[in-house]
Amino acid sequence: MRKFGIKSSKLRESSQAYFFLAPTIFTIGVFILLPILYALFLSFHEVQLLGGTKYDFIGIENFLNVVDDHRALIALRNTMKYVLIVVPSQTALALILAATLNAGLKGQTFFRIIYFLPTLTSSAVLTLIFMWMYNQNGLINHALEFIGLPTYNWIGDPQIALIAIMIMNIWSTAPFFMTIYLAALQDIPDSLYEAASLDGATAFQKFWYITVPSLRPVTSFVMIIGIIGTFQLFDQSYIFSGGSGGPDNSTLTVVLLIYQYAFKSMGTMGYAAALAFALAIFILIATFIQRKLSKEESLY
Amino acid sequence: MDKNKKTKSIGRPILYIILSLYAIITLIPFLWALSSSFKPLDEIVSGTINFIPKAFTLDNYREIFIQQPLFGRWLFNSLFIATVGTGLNVLFNSMAGYALARLEFAGKKIVFVLVLLVLMIPAQVTLIPNYLILKQLGWLNSYQGMIVPGMVNATFIFMMRQFFINFPKELEESAELDGLSRVGTFFRIVLPLAKPALAAQIIFVFMGFWNNFMQPLIIMSDPEMFTLPLGLNSFKGQYISFWNYIMAASMVFTMPVILIYAFFNRYFIKGVKFTGGK
Repeated sequence: MRKFGIKSSKLRESSQAYFFLAPTIFTIGVFILLPILYALFLSFHEVQLLGGTKYDFIGIENFLNVVDDHRALIALRNTMKYVLIVVPSQTALALILAATLNAGLKGQTFFRIIYFLPTLTSSAVLTLIFMWMYNQNGLINHALEFIGLPTYNWIGDPQIALIAIMIMNIWSTAPFFMTIYLAALQDIPDSLYEAASLDGATAFQKFWYITVPSLRPVTSFVMIIGIIGTFQLFDQSYIFSGGSGGPDNSTLTVVLLIYQYAFKSMGTMGYAAALAFALAIFILIATFIQRKLSKEESLY
Repeated sequence: MDKNKKTKSIGRPILYIILSLYAIITLIPFLWALSSSFKPLDEIVSGTINFIPKAFTLDNYREIFIQQPLFGRWLFNSLFIATVGTGLNVLFNSMAGYALARLEFAGKKIVFVLVLLVLMIPAQVTLIPNYLILKQLGWLNSYQGMIVPGMVNATFIFMMRQFFINFPKELEESAELDGLSRVGTFFRIVLPLAKPALAAQIIFVFMGFWNNFMQPLIIMSDPEMFTLPLGLNSFKGQYISFWNYIMAASMVFTMPVILIYAFFNRYFIKGVKFTGGK
């Protein structure tokens, strides 16, 4: 009798749990798990979307085609360049801002609110504001001219357009990572700094020998999030180039290319799915390498 | 956080200079956009650099609604999708987080791993199949096509799980003694006390929906169903040199998020501290 009671209460708890989890399981099942399998299926097929959807099995041809696709190589090169420059820059900037903000100055809250503005603003709005500032006759060129530096055709010059997007994104994402650093800075014991002061360490030495090493786990977290985010660059490139990835493919990113193949040209949806898989594997590898590197570093 | 500590040395003025300089760098694009939104077209194209408009005007804000009759509709679409989507997320993520934190049930590990897995899958993988699934369901150009696939969020399920693990058990036990059911306890006792965690969630999920560009770009082809980011992009295409209009539209688009942030900010800082304590 008693045993039965326990069983039924267990059963009740299970059914309550599944009541609580039902929306989550439904959404993950239909819009994540099913799509992953579907994507795998698509990547081995040629897909035609005329009227109904038609699939032709072509084996691994989609994956092999990547090698001969010169736009895919350009997109990959642009994206890699973007990741390699933006991730370290935004991380360093975030760390410096957080350490400065954490120094116990007055007006900290005021600065925090201002710094948080770009995080709140949509990528579409930020991109439009920057395009307006990057205008040939715009604010940035005027400012450069004023201090005697050369001006650029920020949007139209293939040599410059990607750099223009990099600057914009370092500016807009660093403050978000700063807030993560700020939270972590609270956990560094004051005693470390006090001991260093007694030993006569300068502010910079304290930053370099206490703050930076103590934040290593956070730095690796910030880098991973940064890598994942930058690999997925899309909105800014799309709006900047009107969806083309131009001028001269200079702002073409992997995700923009996937979008173009999937939705803007006929019969290449399967190929786009294969590219998306390749990108996912790339991101996962980058994440693991980063995790491994930061683990080894923390041994020192 | 407001403890006065660390550097109390000569570096103070330098620190203030760094902070102020970066504050200016952060503010300039916004101030420039705001200022441009109050200028007439001839002042915009003249290329003079003045932050205070010479001929201050509110016309741009009126004109965007007249020139582009759909602008109000886009605003509504964005508000509707973001509000409903955020409401569902807050409810469903909290429910899932609670179950994973507090209840014992068969298959708990599997569900937990499932949520973990979702965190690792880049959105691009599901992008194309999701489009085909929504097409099959007849949900292209619909609100549910935007809302339903995004009505739960693995990150916040984790956050809520963490929150409920640290949540005092005694409250629930006394509620149970008072004869409330598990479900009743959750909705009447637990959820109202989870406000700080919910506030952080509200800000980030609302922003996610509000700012999302790619999902509506793919599933909304009917201009009536555009959300603001999409509308803004097409607006830019039509009025390419009318930067006064584009900036006014951008400002209208930015306001709601700033208001939400201003309103929930005080809870939000507490909420973030909670996640920081992992």
